[in-house]
Amino acid sequence: MIWNEKYETMSRDEMTALQSERLRDCVKRVYENVAPYRAKMDAIGLKPEDIHGVEDLHKLPFTTKDDLRDNYPYGLTAVPMSEVSEIHASSGTTGKQTVVTYTEADVKLWGEVTARALMMAGGSKNDIVHVSYGYGLFTGGLGAHYGGQTIGAATIPVSTGNTKRQVQIMRDFGSTILMCTPSYALYLAEAIEEAGCIDDIHLRAGIFGAEPWTENMRREIERRLRIKAYDIYGLSEIIGPGVAAECEEQTGMHIAEDHFIPEIINSDTGEVLPAGSRGELVFTCVTKQAMPLIRYRTRDISELSYAPCSCGRTTVKMIKPQGRADDMLIIRGVNVFPSQIETVLMTIPEVAPYYVLVVDRIDNTDRFEVQVEIRPEYFSDEVRALEEIRSRIAREILSALGISAGVRLVEPHTIQRSEGKAARIIDKRKLY
Amino acid sequence: MLIKQISVFIENRPGRLSDIISALAAGGIDIRALSLADTTNFGILRLIVNDPARAAELLRSQRFTVSVSEVLAVEIPDEPGGLASTLAILNGAGISVEYAYAFITRKAKGAYVILRVENNNIAVDTLRAGGVKLVGAEELYAL
Repeated sequence: MIWNEKYETMSRDEMTALQSERLRDCVKRVYENVAPYRAKMDAIGLKPEDIHGVEDLHKLPFTTKDDLRDNYPYGLTAVPMSEVSEIHASSGTTGKQTVVTYTEADVKLWGEVTARALMMAGGSKNDIVHVSYGYGLFTGGLGAHYGGQTIGAATIPVSTGNTKRQVQIMRDFGSTILMCTPSYALYLAEAIEEAGCIDDIHLRAGIFGAEPWTENMRREIERRLRIKAYDIYGLSEIIGPGVAAECEEQTGMHIAEDHFIPEIINSDTGEVLPAGSRGELVFTCVTKQAMPLIRYRTRDISELSYAPCSCGRTTVKMIKPQGRADDMLIIRGVNVFPSQIETVLMTIPEVAPYYVLVVDRIDNTDRFEVQVEIRPEYFSDEVRALEEIRSRIAREILSALGISAGVRLVEPHTIQRSEGKAARIIDKRKLY
Repeated sequence: MLIKQISVFIENRPGRLSDIISALAAGGIDIRALSLADTTNFGILRLIVNDPARAAELLRSQRFTVSVSEVLAVEIPDEPGGLASTLAILNGAGISVEYAYAFITRKAKGAYVILRVENNNIAVDTLRAGGVKLVGAEELYAL
């Protein structure tokens, strides 16, 4: 079943015409209402009337996470605050949150695109959708929730945590579709195995996203939960989950391109690459009202495919992101930039600002360790004093990033002083 | 009456203890007593040596993380209850011991206990008043 046949099965010509019309309108709105965009366009002598259609998309300036930070919190919002009905936020590169605003129409659109994802996974109003993404500023929980409501399914806002209770709800409420991070799905599978109640669980599908996962994880989730597992893609800057999702063919995720026009660029030069090339994924949100970002650089590395799909949808497909164009880590669904850790360490005089971040996945849960050099002048002969430094660092990281980290003190001068940032991260999860 | 103790930070990594001890051996430093405190994360090696100033300098020059702190040394009878009475005196005065380690020598009859307390001066007065024999630096390094 296709949620919105008109838009999801359009011919390429119709789609191009629709995108062009929406793009013209969007650029006009943005130019008139968002000062930073107007300044960017004026700087290169570009007027809204220069944009005739998608063929002119490449002329528009990019938007980056820095733009969101520089215009924190509402600088890129294109409507008066009286029109804004919802606000979400995710962690930014330097500790400042990335704020995204939605109008009522935007929230409806969000429900529409996640509804498409649910239908792609075989969902319908007869389903009981179990949402184990966090509800709150993070877009995962509410985004999935709106999708469930839009298709008319019974939607359970379980949110994260309390795994035992999750299993009980799943069993007693008869959940049929699970939406959460893939690592949490495996954790739930473990809890179900422990409780020995897999026969009482009626899940048939799961839609998983918000963090990288592999085909091996997919097979493991499918085997252990006895479901079919679907991938979903999204980021809060664009709308949240639902930007793209997998159909039953599972050869890529159909992008809701009538709303989010994708491009693949060379992340070093900014040049647009032809379909099938691997590069950085960029989106232009042509229909969003509150925060219609133009050519937003996701930093996710992907490919686009316009090949026909057996599901009948004609929308372009993106492959699962194959890495990042920056050094962002996704740990337990939380975006973590090494620079945020650095900012925290700078506030702690007892340690030097040299660190190594080690990420591993043990028992299906991401483990995050920060190795940091103690400064010789703060070294104490008492274990207690050093333990206090360790727990203070962990506390500061938790409060700044919302993620728990193991902290390991290492000897001074043992962490490699390198210019390149990559050397500071050891990701043992092998997710790409 | 205070003794200088060398503490060295040891990262949880194979061979680190051996590296430190080898460095001291190469510098001709004689170790009187040592204690190793370990956590899952790191260790702290505490040493009483014959020449603490030179030992600290030597280790620092080889980029070990060193701190020098003052501890107390008491001589106790090497027999059951020898330590108990000393600790009872401290306890009676409300002085808590952060850590302690003991050693014996071939020459001396008694046993020696290194004590790290929060306030050395109060502890010294308390122990003296209680008739405990404190061992001075010269005496200890020369053992």
